[in-house]
Amino acid sequence: MSILLDRDSRVIVQGITGRMARFHTKDMLEYGTNVVGGVVPGKGGETVEGVPVFDTVKQAVESTGADASLVFVPPPFAADSIMEAADAGIRYCVCITDGIPAQDMIRVKRYMYRYPKDKRMVLTGPNCAGTISPGKALLGIMPGHIYLPGNVGIIGRSGTLGYEAAAQLKERGIGVSTSVGIGGDPINGSSFRDILERFEWDEDTEVIAMIGEIGGPQEAEAAEYIRDHITKPVIAYVAGLTAPKGRTMGHAGAIISAFGESASEKVEILSAAGVTVAENPAVIGETIACVMGKAA
Amino acid sequence: MDIHEYQAKEVLSNFGVAIPSGALAYSPEQAAYRARELGGDKWIVKAQVHAGGRGKAGGVKLCNSENEIHTACDEMFGRKLVTHQTGPEGKGIYRVYVESAVPIDREIYLGFVLDRTSQRVMIVASSEGGMEIEEISAERPDSIVRSIVEPAVGLQEFQAREVAFNLGLEPRLVQQMVRTLQGCYAAFNELDATMVEINPLVVTGDDRVLALDAKMSFDDNALFRHPHISELRDKSQEDPRESRAADRGLSYVGLEGNIGCIVNGAGLAMATMDTIKLAGGEPANFLDIGGGASPERVAKAFRLVLSDKNVQAVLVNIFAGINRCDWVAEGVVQALRDLEIDIPVIVRLAGTNVEEGQKILAKSGLPIIRATTLMEAAERAVGAWRNDLIQNTKVRAV
Repeated sequence: MSILLDRDSRVIVQGITGRMARFHTKDMLEYGTNVVGGVVPGKGGETVEGVPVFDTVKQAVESTGADASLVFVPPPFAADSIMEAADAGIRYCVCITDGIPAQDMIRVKRYMYRYPKDKRMVLTGPNCAGTISPGKALLGIMPGHIYLPGNVGIIGRSGTLGYEAAAQLKERGIGVSTSVGIGGDPINGSSFRDILERFEWDEDTEVIAMIGEIGGPQEAEAAEYIRDHITKPVIAYVAGLTAPKGRTMGHAGAIISAFGESASEKVEILSAAGVTVAENPAVIGETIACVMGKAA
Repeated sequence: MDIHEYQAKEVLSNFGVAIPSGALAYSPEQAAYRARELGGDKWIVKAQVHAGGRGKAGGVKLCNSENEIHTACDEMFGRKLVTHQTGPEGKGIYRVYVESAVPIDREIYLGFVLDRTSQRVMIVASSEGGMEIEEISAERPDSIVRSIVEPAVGLQEFQAREVAFNLGLEPRLVQQMVRTLQGCYAAFNELDATMVEINPLVVTGDDRVLALDAKMSFDDNALFRHPHISELRDKSQEDPRESRAADRGLSYVGLEGNIGCIVNGAGLAMATMDTIKLAGGEPANFLDIGGGASPERVAKAFRLVLSDKNVQAVLVNIFAGINRCDWVAEGVVQALRDLEIDIPVIVRLAGTNVEEGQKILAKSGLPIIRATTLMEAAERAVGAWRNDLIQNTKVRAV
């Protein structure tokens, strides 16, 4: 049993009739993900890639027993779609959409607090590549073939940098239990800390790799949590050593605006918490292999 | 997106924040005329640029006569104002704001920000206005008052009162402070701001609470629903390459180095820059061409990177996920043929169909330097840039 997503997860795709969503629905089905339906208001009754489309998430959940959702809805409407999923009883939602207004995400997070913790949907993203439990299921847009099944749990903000890490692991024959993209936005559904907690309890995960970047307090918060609560070895890399202060580096959240938000400060904070830090992106795989060699 | 002080003041005053009387001018003559219209005998002339620290850089002048206004304006118009926030190139002054000077009793710092820890809007205030918030938090951290706004109900009056009393305001001033705080929050919330800063917010000799300066930034992702805010954009205050990139859907940040970077994905783009630095070079830019990396985007990216005259080598790093390396390689070859580039180009491809991609690059007959790993790519880029530099120097020496 892997974290967040498994072979049995019943997945719907919100915004399934869009070009990108169709493409990735096909890709997810080919990977073996149990995609059971899609939701687009006004397009109920249609089919996409052989799965039925519903007008509302509630209808989709009632008809298919869906418990996971992938949101592909354009930015102006994405926050509404996430809240609809939370209300319909979806357990895990990944939002791919890049460009959701920050205040919309504040409202989404506030809305989700209406539900008691045991009934609250888990959200990862927005602005992420998704989550994959290699060999089991893929809920996102990443290329499945670069991940081997295994015991490294990956948490990362960036899509392609996450691929880079997975490819470096594959080259060494090292596999991944689950890789979770938490996204590059300033207000996101789950933090490094939230996913670290899940990996700590996950039997399939032996080592955890964290791929962070400049901006925001979440790497520092994770460091504190690792120091106090994580018993498994943690490896980290933080991108943006050469990033200037006060400039947004592509991701809306990648901006150094306070103390502790630069790459070198984050590296220092993580090292002090006992995390093994890969000094550059070319040695992420090597560093993980090294730690696993020691751990074994 | 940032806006000018005079624009922020107009926006905030529409939400009930009190401001001194003032007017905009595009020339020294107009500035003098504006002063006459405002009346009085003391005015402040303020350069309108998108940067803080204007006062110390000579962008804010107190004037006691029309003559002094002319002199102040002559020193500002057409000049580049260099403050600690603008970088060495500075920002052009094309507009000034003329404001009636007011007698100041006390200066307060007031800011509204998106707090990423609580994931809510936070008020940051201090009784030590006039200084920058970084200085205040270093020198007088005890003077800082914070309050977090519950998004479901917005800023409550009791919270605003707490802030006012914690700043040590006299009871007779509290109501004005509450109105100011509520106005700022309403503007922040309704217009999708990411930052509102009033520094200083002053208490005048005649007991008025006025915003003497104002700064606002807006969420680029929300501008679609605020067309009247988008109109306030002033491209003269932006790096021309960055605005051109933004208009083409690319994310670009110009830097000081000379190795241009073309990468798909923001995280990988930052990681590539870091690796160049590690290999002994300096990146010339951050550029994320997006996950797709279509041939059109690659071509656009080359044009953009090469518009920086400091660029002496280009490193392309594409991790092809859903798209394929062969397709990306064709795009790179096409762009190089069309643009006739005479500096070293290093290409690193990884991911789906990487062998086919490499073959296309090799067969093209173009002098592309290929690399398979990130480190190798960075080392070859730095090496090629150095060699090129040595050869060119030799040619000149001969």
